[in-house]
This record gives sequence, structure tokens and C-alpha cells, in this order.
Amino acid sequence: MSDYVKMWEDLGMDLETHDALCQVLPTAFGDVYLSQENRPEGMGFWDFVVSEIHGIRPSELIEAQKNGQKVFGTFCVYVPDEVVIAANGIVTGLCGGSQFWVPGGEKVLPKNTCPLIKASVGARLDRTCPFFRIADIYVGENTCDGKKKAYEILAEDVPMHIMDVPQMKRPEDYDRWAHEIELFAGVVEEQTGNKVTPEKLAEAIKIVNNKRKALKRVYDARKAAKLPISGKDALLMMQIAFFDDPVRCAEMCNKLADELEQRIKDGVSVFPEGTKRIMVTGTPLAIPNWKLHHIIETSGAAVVCEEMCTGTRYFENLVDETQTTLEGQYKALADRYMKNNCACFTPNPGRIDDILRLAKEYNVDGIIDVNLKFCSIYDTEGFFVERALKEAGIPVLGIETDYTDSDAEQLKTRVEAFVEMLG
Amino acid sequence: MYYIGIDIGSTSAKTAVLDENKNIVELFSQPTGWSSVDTAESIGRTLREKGYMVEDGGVVSTGYGRVAVPFSNKTVTEITCHAKGASLVFGMEDLMVIDIGGQDTKAILVEGGLVRDFVMNDKCSAGTGRFLEVMANTLAMRPDELCTLAKHGGNTSISSLCTVFAESEVISLIGRGEKKENIAFGVVDSIVRKVASQARRLQIGDRQVVLTGGLCECDYICDALSKELNTRVITHKKGRYAGAIGAALSGM
Repeated sequence: MSDYVKMWEDLGMDLETHDALCQVLPTAFGDVYLSQENRPEGMGFWDFVVSEIHGIRPSELIEAQKNGQKVFGTFCVYVPDEVVIAANGIVTGLCGGSQFWVPGGEKVLPKNTCPLIKASVGARLDRTCPFFRIADIYVGENTCDGKKKAYEILAEDVPMHIMDVPQMKRPEDYDRWAHEIELFAGVVEEQTGNKVTPEKLAEAIKIVNNKRKALKRVYDARKAAKLPISGKDALLMMQIAFFDDPVRCAEMCNKLADELEQRIKDGVSVFPEGTKRIMVTGTPLAIPNWKLHHIIETSGAAVVCEEMCTGTRYFENLVDETQTTLEGQYKALADRYMKNNCACFTPNPGRIDDILRLAKEYNVDGIIDVNLKFCSIYDTEGFFVERALKEAGIPVLGIETDYTDSDAEQLKTRVEAFVEMLG
Repeated sequence: MYYIGIDIGSTSAKTAVLDENKNIVELFSQPTGWSSVDTAESIGRTLREKGYMVEDGGVVSTGYGRVAVPFSNKTVTEITCHAKGASLVFGMEDLMVIDIGGQDTKAILVEGGLVRDFVMNDKCSAGTGRFLEVMANTLAMRPDELCTLAKHGGNTSISSLCTVFAESEVISLIGRGEKKENIAFGVVDSIVRKVASQARRLQIGDRQVVLTGGLCECDYICDALSKELNTRVITHKKGRYAGAIGAALSGM
């Protein structure tokens, strides 16, 4: 990634520290990804993106800014990309998936904060993530206490807008969320200097829906008895979807889906027959967090689905495309986003329904409920998840972990024992 | 034909040899030491001296050093092995196995001789043999001596779950002149409470609870655990070999 040094310097990044990250990533990616056999050719695109993860997309974003476009950095699947796109803005994910950034976050955050929040804050404050440097404004949301307070710390450093996500799903909460989206549109208009019109928003809704459909096609291919793609590869596609241009993302995912559908016809699989099918559920796996998938897929099992924000929650449910007024469109957006079943809602029975439904759709043998350390809402909800699964006769393993490798051997023993238990 | 199971744990390495009728014909153990590979080689030599040809196959390894056994034909996790081994040793197909190992503690629900569900401590060493070892060391005793002494103590509790903090707690108890047996009581009580809270996450029901692993040779731990779980916890003199026996069974 050495060609981008000038760009990183202009972004005010801490080059020396960032170099350390650039040095370890290729080895990690090689060990976890390139060691896999018979990968779909379509994965070449994502391999390339990873090889230039802090270079290629950031340089596109900077180019777009030169042409007057604004970049919105987001943290959560509740922020409606459609509104930003309608005003000719760009949405990008932000760094937060590596232990590399955690010590930076620990300088200012309590130690019992989840690693995702620590890493995000560390990546910003230590100036080692280009996306955090590029974004003109960050859009946060109050989906947990840790994030809420961490955003206050970030807001001292950069412009920040917080969306007030309801924590219950009563009819008035849907209305309130539609109103939040309308307020957000005002912020977007002010940032970009462009009007959000019904025509533009309709177009944006189609763009993001197409991206969702494309991601879903790849996921649907994982329902096949003979798995045409590994869980690790599908996860990588998912993680990068948060950063890529939505139109290109859809195009690449559709191309990959074409190949996977052909593989299914030809009976090509990346796993031996009889490999146990695992679904993971719980907290998000931000790039480059591949730890659990790697452990599972080197323990004689395959990951076939992620019921996570970096998974089905990102693409399930489409926004109604028939609305022609802004009011109707905001309502349609609210309806779609409120269908996401995050543990920040109380009660949250929809998530249990989702898990049971997905377990059937993907024909899973067992489920691993994984929680990032100190994420109290998902950890507590794990009680209901595990109870419901046991009642349904689906084996479940609960795991709590962070970004460090210190528990890798322990986890491996547990996952291997779980796979042995599946028979 | 003989079936050999090798369980390389963090503290000691156990070996079991079974004949084809599942009779246990050989059991021996040794400290794991600092090198699992050396330990595995030493086990190989001992087996050969005793007339078992490890190269003929039928060797299954388990435990955290399971990958370090060069002549092993298969590796199986200690959870599966303890379930199988305990079923054979205790002669029961439905039971709840609690294994207090050197660096991890597991509670395993066994149904029909197979693992139905399990919980394992995370990377923290609270409630493990290691915790006991560290505290015994601080009290200048052997772990088994500490266990025996604990029976005569009482009225002391160690509140820190973290081994490092608990050690400072023990040191301040020593400084305050607390009786050794009372400190020993506090140490064992801490382990037992932690293990019991882990076990209670599984539905014990009316299953027989059995204790395996290194600490099962201490009667007092068994008694204290029975009291805490409100059910009789039994053990067996071959209990510490359950993992190795289960490994040998996995090769059949």
C-alpha cells in the first residue's frame, strides 16, 4: 500500500503507527483467507480491496470530495444510507474491528467498554484510519450506552450528528423514527448543500435495495446443501459492503452470486460432504475481525449464515419503492429500518423469530451465539436466544470474546467440542 | 488390539490403555513439564517398554497438548473424552460431569454416553486447579495438603475471583495472622462456588453429578461441592484418568 503514503500524510495520519498495521494485515489475510482452497474466482475483487484497504477506496472518496461531494462516516445499520445518497453524499463505514486500535481507545474509555467502541475511538484519536480522517461528518446513533458516551468524546474532535433510535417498537416509536429520519435529511441537506427531493430519494431507495438484493443472492447460495463459498469469504464481502460504493457493491455481489449459482448447479463445494453447518448470531464482526469464522472453519465446520449487523440484518427487508412523497418515503424507510431486531430494543422477540427462521432456511446443525466482551445487551439477550434454541432442539454454544488472540486456543477447544457434539 | 488414550493437560499428562472389551489395562501419569512434545515422547517410550506398539495405530490424544503427540492417529477434545471416560468409569450413560482441570473447568451434561451440552470457563483461571496451585504455593503447601487442611477451617471467604487479586487477599490474610486452615477453607470455598455457578448453567435435573480431573482425589472438594450444589457429588479413584480413558474409547 506504499503508493498512498502521500495521501495518508495529507490526511494527517500517524504514518509510523499506521505502518505497523499495514505490515501485519497482509500476513493475517494470507493465513486466514489465501490458505483456503478452491475459492470462487469472484472473491478476487474483495482480495484486491483488502490488499489496498486503506488506499483504494479512500482515494476514491478524496477524489469525490474534490468534486464537491460530502462523505458521511457511520457506525450502525440503523443509519439510512438512502437519505445521504439522495443528496449526492457518500456513506462509508469506519474502522473498528482490530485489536490494533484498542489501546488507543483505552486511553480515554473505561476498560469495561466493548472492543468495537474502543477500537473505533482509538482509530480516530490515534489517526490510523483514513476513513475516520476523510469523513466530513460522523453519524452516530444511541444503540447502546457505551457508544452514546463515546460519541460525546468523538464529538470534541469532529462534527457529529446523533440519531435517536427508539428502544421500543410501539406504533409511536415508528412515527418517531420517521421523524428522526426527516431531521437527519435536514442535516444532510445542510452538509451537502443539496435538496433531498422525492425523485432523488426514490432513486436512492432503489440503489440501496439493489445492493440488499445482491447481498441476499450470495447469502441464498449458502443455503445449498453443497456450500459453494466459505463463511469467511461471505463475511469478507459483507464487511466490505459497508465501505464500498453501493452500485459497484451490488454489481460485484451479483457477479459472485452468478458464479455461486453455477457452482451449485455443478455440485462444486468448498467443504467436504457432511461438514457441520453453523450459524453465528450476536454482535457485529467488523473488518478485519475474522477470528471466530477462522476457528470454526478450521475445526471441521462451516459458517452458513450470520444473524448479525455484519450479516442478515444489513440486507434483509427492502424499502417500499412505491412512495412518491417525502413523507411517505420517510415512513417507508422507518418501517424497513425498524424491522431490524437489535438487542437495544425491549422487548426484542423478533430476533428470536429471525434466528429460528434462519436456522431452518439455512438448514443449520448448530448455532454459536457470540458476544463481544462487555456488550451487556446482547449478552443478556443471550439468555432468551439460548433458551429458545434449546426448546427448538437446536444445539447452541455461547461464546464471549474480544479482538485479542489470547483466548484462541480455548475457543478452539470449545468450538471443536461443539462440532464433536453435533456428531 | 489395544486402544491408547493420551490426555496432555496443562499440569499432568495421563495415559490409558484399554483392550477391545473396554477393560482398562494400564493407567499412568506424569507431570506435563514445559514441553508437551518431550512429554509425548516420554509417554511413547514408556508404552513401548510396556510392550504396546504405539506405531500400530489406535492412539487418540486429547487435552490442550493434543496436537503435540506425534504418534497420535486422531485428536478429540477433552470435553468429548471426559464424557465418554466418565460414562465408562462410573458405569452410567446419563450423568453430569464436572472436570476441574489445571487451567480450565468444564461442566458436561452427558446423555446416552454422549455430550448433550457443556460449559467451560473463559480464559480466567478462577475455579481451576491453577487457582489452587497458586494459593497453595503462597501458603507454602502442596495443593493436596491445602485441600485436606481446608476441612478443618471455616469462616473465611476470598472475594476476588481473579487469581492475582485473590493471591493478594491471601497474603493480607496471612499478614493479619489468620489461621492457615481458615485460609485454606476460603481458597477451596472460592473454587467450589465458582465451579458450582458454572455447573448450574446446565440443567442438572436428577442426574448423578460426578467429579473428574486432578482435584477429584480430594474428598473435601467433593463434599464441599455436594453441599453447594445440594446433590451428592461422587468421584472415583480413576476419575483423573477419565479424559485419557475417553480418548482411548474414541479410537474404537
